[in-house]
Amino acid sequence: MKRSITRLLMAPSVIMLLVWMIIPLSMTIYFSTIRYNLLYPGQNNFVGLMNFEFFITDPGFIPAVSNTLILLLSVLIITVVLGVMLSALIDKPFFGQGIVRVLLISPFFIMPTVNALIWKNMMMNPVYGIFAWISESLGFEPIDWLSSYPLVSIIIMVSWQWLPFAILVFVTALQSQDTEQKEAAQMDGATGLHIFRYLTIPHLARPIAVVVMIETIFLLAVFAEIFVSTGGGPGYDSTNLAYLIYNQALLQYDVGVASAGGLFAVLLANIVAFFLIRAVGKNLTV
Amino acid sequence: MTLNQQRKLKTILTGLFAWTVALVLFFPIFWMFITSFKTELQAISVPPSLFFEPTLDNFRIVQERSDYIHHAWNSVVTSFGSTIIALVIAIPAAYSMAFFPGKRTKDILLWMLSTKMLPAVGVLVPIYILCRDYGLLDSKTALVIIFTLMNLPIIVWMLFSYFKDLPKEILEAARMDGATPWDEVVKVVLPLSVGAISSTALLSIVLCWNEAFWSLNLTASDAAPLTAMIASYSSPEGLFWAKLSAASTLACAPIVIFGWFCQKQLVQGLTFGAVK
Repeated sequence: MKRSITRLLMAPSVIMLLVWMIIPLSMTIYFSTIRYNLLYPGQNNFVGLMNFEFFITDPGFIPAVSNTLILLLSVLIITVVLGVMLSALIDKPFFGQGIVRVLLISPFFIMPTVNALIWKNMMMNPVYGIFAWISESLGFEPIDWLSSYPLVSIIIMVSWQWLPFAILVFVTALQSQDTEQKEAAQMDGATGLHIFRYLTIPHLARPIAVVVMIETIFLLAVFAEIFVSTGGGPGYDSTNLAYLIYNQALLQYDVGVASAGGLFAVLLANIVAFFLIRAVGKNLTV
Repeated sequence: MTLNQQRKLKTILTGLFAWTVALVLFFPIFWMFITSFKTELQAISVPPSLFFEPTLDNFRIVQERSDYIHHAWNSVVTSFGSTIIALVIAIPAAYSMAFFPGKRTKDILLWMLSTKMLPAVGVLVPIYILCRDYGLLDSKTALVIIFTLMNLPIIVWMLFSYFKDLPKEILEAARMDGATPWDEVVKVVLPLSVGAISSTALLSIVLCWNEAFWSLNLTASDAAPLTAMIASYSSPEGLFWAKLSAASTLACAPIVIFGWFCQKQLVQGLTFGAVK
């Protein structure tokens, strides 16, 4: 087929994505260099890099960046490590496998706003929540999760959502593992731990890469869980970059500073993507 | 203990362990479901009550107060609408990249995926302002457009990885028989990839249904899908857990049940075919 036709077929997708990327991004770049507060219309003079200065010196900036990274790394580690261990343990036939699979994947389908509300109220509430009841039954003081450990609470919510996904991907991958190889290793006296380390882990390299990549895309942008549960607080303790920028733009009406923040988020995402592609990109074939 | 007994014990232990993990992870959803049938007093009773007389009042109140049907309809329109549009745009692109790869095909694919790495907050302000200027704030149109673009890269990539694995000989045979490119796609490629296309569509629908960033920031009431409706239950209704649970159950039930039926295809789809 002619080159021109293949180009024509690709054109709608490519053009739409290009427009989707370029127009908002260039507007963001433009807004970030002018004074633009919705409360003071008409005073949009050029201010150079002042918005960036404001954003970077904002008291929320350092906590937001570190919270974003802590959230990303903790959830990645929790879901991948627990996911690999749990899937290796349940990768054998047992009673009711189908139902277990269905139960396991369910949290992945729960919308983030509902996720946050269930955990905030029914699980973590210090008076009426399930956690409070458990710790009281065991004779401990109940913990007020959202105000004492806000970031940990968010990490729990987000991990709860993504762990099922990781488990399911790994279980699916393990089903294609060579059982003869495993049996041969067993014959030669390899322990379960050896098999896990030298056969299972290498077999999972590619699925792990896929899970890390997909989760990173979504974890850098966690918003609804924070919006609904902690509102970024107390203080900036559970504010991530997405929430900080939202705060600047739609609550303080400062479009200029928010745009500068948006560009910073893009930069951070690119840095993470760069390391990510170097670390796991080898395992992703196109 | 004989070897056989040992093996049996191992199976039982594995089963017990797997069931424990599954039940613990599922517990919050189960609890939400149970609570939605309680009265407000039962919902906050300590110790938590497991046996009670179920009531449907909460569901009735949720429908009356926040018009569940209206928001559910918005969710259906935005997620199905954008998925259909995205598929129509993505299928030709994936087809042409998979069957007629050029030097830059790989770069184009990676670039497409990299637009997913672009955080939505980075472009929140301009999109908000564009929507405001064109009167698209709180409109389903804006959400459909954004959801389409949001999922387009993933859809193209997933379809590409399926198409790529189709045997090229079939297409050549069709061409020998005088099939036009149009015939090739409609009569050969599409029928062969019904499974792939449906699992891609499923994933896209789930992602749209649960999308919360754009729907929270760009809609208020008219076009608000279920994610936004639920957020309105966050603070003022904080202590009305039974109603909150009923609203949440209603919001999640369609997509969770939908997901249960398609979980196998979904997982395969979401891993870009890298896990078989």
